Amino acid sequence: MLDPSVLQRALGTALATGGDFAEVFVEDKRNSSARLDDRKVEELTSGRDRGAGIRVVVGDTTGFAHTSDLSDDGLRRAAEAAAAAARGGGGGVRAVALTATPARRPYQARVRPEDVAKAKKVELLLRADDAARSGPGAGAIKQVSAGYADSCRRIQVANSEGLLASDEVVRTRFGVSAVAVGDTGMQTGYEGVARTMGFEIFDGLDVDGVAGRAAARALAKLAARPAPSGKVPVVIAAGRGAVLFHEACGHGLEADHIEKQSSVYHGRVGEMVASPHVTLVDDGTMGSEWGAFAIDDEGRPAQRNVLIENGMLTDYMWDLLRSRKATRPSSGNGRRQSYQDLPMVRMTNTYLLGGTEDPDEIVRQTPHGVYVASMGGGQVTPATGDFVFGMTEAYLIENGEITLPLRDANLIGNGPEVLRNIDAVAGDFAMATGGGMCGKNGQSVPVGMGQPTLRITGVTVGGTAR
Amino acid sequence: MTRLLELATRVAGWARDGEQVEAYVGRRSDTDVVIYGGEIESLSSATSEGVGIRVIADGRQGFAYAGSLDLSVVEETMAEARDNAAFATPDEYLGLAVPDGVAAAELDLWCDDLASFPAQAKIDLALDLERRVKAGDPRIRSVESSNYGDGASESAVVTSTGMSATARRTGCHLSAYALAGEGDGTQTGGGYSVGRGPADLDVEEAAADAVERSTRLLGARKPPSARLTVVLDRRVTTTLLAVLSGTLNGESVLKGRSLFANRVGEQVAVDALTLVDDPTNPDAYGASPFDAEGLACRRNELIRDGVLQGFVYNTHAGRRAGVASTGSAVRGGFKSAPGVGCRALSLAPGPESQAGIMARVGDGLLVQGISGVHSGVNPVSGDFSVGAEGLMIRDGVLAEPVREITIASTIQRMLRDVVAVGNDLEWLPGAAAGVTLAIADMSMSGA
Repeated sequence: MLDPSVLQRALGTALATGGDFAEVFVEDKRNSSARLDDRKVEELTSGRDRGAGIRVVVGDTTGFAHTSDLSDDGLRRAAEAAAAAARGGGGGVRAVALTATPARRPYQARVRPEDVAKAKKVELLLRADDAARSGPGAGAIKQVSAGYADSCRRIQVANSEGLLASDEVVRTRFGVSAVAVGDTGMQTGYEGVARTMGFEIFDGLDVDGVAGRAAARALAKLAARPAPSGKVPVVIAAGRGAVLFHEACGHGLEADHIEKQSSVYHGRVGEMVASPHVTLVDDGTMGSEWGAFAIDDEGRPAQRNVLIENGMLTDYMWDLLRSRKATRPSSGNGRRQSYQDLPMVRMTNTYLLGGTEDPDEIVRQTPHGVYVASMGGGQVTPATGDFVFGMTEAYLIENGEITLPLRDANLIGNGPEVLRNIDAVAGDFAMATGGGMCGKNGQSVPVGMGQPTLRITGVTVGGTAR
Repeated sequence: MTRLLELATRVAGWARDGEQVEAYVGRRSDTDVVIYGGEIESLSSATSEGVGIRVIADGRQGFAYAGSLDLSVVEETMAEARDNAAFATPDEYLGLAVPDGVAAAELDLWCDDLASFPAQAKIDLALDLERRVKAGDPRIRSVESSNYGDGASESAVVTSTGMSATARRTGCHLSAYALAGEGDGTQTGGGYSVGRGPADLDVEEAAADAVERSTRLLGARKPPSARLTVVLDRRVTTTLLAVLSGTLNGESVLKGRSLFANRVGEQVAVDALTLVDDPTNPDAYGASPFDAEGLACRRNELIRDGVLQGFVYNTHAGRRAGVASTGSAVRGGFKSAPGVGCRALSLAPGPESQAGIMARVGDGLLVQGISGVHSGVNPVSGDFSVGAEGLMIRDGVLAEPVREITIASTIQRMLRDVVAVGNDLEWLPGAAAGVTLAIADMSMSGA
């Protein structure tokens, strides 16, 4: 990465025309991926992105510029552009002394992706293809695709408050998707794993099992009937269902929405916003989970933040700018997609703590409803709290038993209402394994999520069956 | 532009015997202004560039990209692409595009005025938009953000098989996201205006749109579930067409992932439905003279009078299907190899206005916005279930607003249940034109 003296000069230029705050964010990211589809390894891709983003803050205005030219000259031009954009008028040079702060990595990758032969990555895909096509009922599996992707992202942050920090994050992801064909048409199934670790992710990972689950999901849905249309009790399985909290309240607890009063959770710290079963945490320090890192993209160490405790709202998530205004520390939630983007408040690993009930008992005590075993993504309007999330594997619950598979559909609810209506939480906490990408204002970042099995007394299921 | 073309030509020239090389070189400059509370929240301005290299050797393909045009980096990228190719499975249909004699449409997608449009004028436009939204209705509580953005992009694609094409375009947009409130209720709505240059932008229209969309939902409730006719607003239809385009992708068809496979020549939609992808139409937001492999874009009729006509292909998918490329290669800038896709889809407009369609429908639901398209629409199975907000239609006119509902059906059924296409076609951002579309017998899930 860059020498501190280069960063100091860039910060000096950025503040030469005045300015309250300046920051240089340097990123050097390499990624590689391989895709199999239709029985062929179609393509391997390698990518390299390297550059710096410089921001200058004057009052409430942020000026931003980025460059892929990391020479003194390139950084100077970007710093001048950022300063001009912020329209600093005060004048005067300010020297910045940088102090390196060591950051504790929650996990250290053991097998770096670039040290792994490409042939080994390809081998995984071929194996997954075979496995997905050879399980029970696999005659109906008509198509399989599989993907492998890794990235190694080195970042360095220096700012006018003297901060100098760096991190290296290695992430690896693997997923399989299957198409099954039957009398009722085509159905799809997906299963994947994603972690903030190197190739050791595959140590002890049952690749055949991942592929088999993708195939089984598609096959099960061949017999699926349309999902109900209307409000019913919903039991959500441990793990992947956590997208519920990401949408129902995660986004609404981001301080940028709070500052603009565009969140239903604005001004509600200290109030009961959820049923007492709900304790929600966002934690960037969680080992090798998908949303973990040592420092956020503003140089702040990752931390564990309790957002809701036994139903009471305790805090929001903060980035540097929002926390400065509120004169409090950042919570380590300032993230950006790349050096070409401004940071904003983002989640890391967001999860609901486990309760005490038996997951099977929760189902048994639900006379009629829907059991959601796996979810896709979701979307929320924080200002109204209305959110959707998609079910990709779900079943009918009849007389306290999980029965028929259901076709894909979205569920829709209102955040605060759903949080209040959680009436049972089991003790089987699990993190989602698949690894989600969260999109906000056009930027996408990896986020982790987790939850135990839980029940909501009523959510609208967007199917077609009456 | 000359520099981009020169570099792409140079890289393509690195092809060895028995090897095909494609170089895509792109550069873009963007400005983005965000206004909040009468102040500039942020102003970003930057240029980015990069190269994507595709190598085909011994029937295997490899790809690599880098966000830099530095020659040593480009050379390293070339070596990576070449190395990557060695690990792919051989595919006899692989091969880069070759000149096919189809002339590219003369399209002027570049606005010179954009380069000389001062930063202050951009800021003023976004400030003006914020003021107009706030002044538009006393129930507007705030404007979460008012944005001005513009971009100018240039690209060159050159292959060792004789392709050489350049393209450039400019674009700018104004958008605002309003929060309206009355009592305890809050609703949101966005408005925007887009164009190739500043003169195309209509601040008043963008402001009016944000005001109307946010305020008319105030007081919205969750209605009981019902089966009814839905009237999709123009913007919603644009999203629906984007979903539909995935099912008309020749590559998906070949791989058994399209519900329209083996159905060419069959009636898949109502007679009134004709769907065309025509990137040569200069009015289309996605208009382009060349596709991502350097072939001329062309007009492709996909559904005529409800009958499926065919699919779109790039060179690889076309070879495999035994047809010529339809000039439909698309790529996400320099960071990906070409795939297949539509750029400028539109439905043939019908005779009626949106008001006329609602009058004929009588009772139904006008859908203003949808959410969760990525999570609730499965283009393989055809299952369609999305979050929705809008207004009930009673006795042919708009009635009470509704929220927290879903609308659901299947893509197959929706095409057969179309009861009207509006006459209000408008090119919107994205790969499809907006037009009012009425679909019968959809499930609205609510309370």
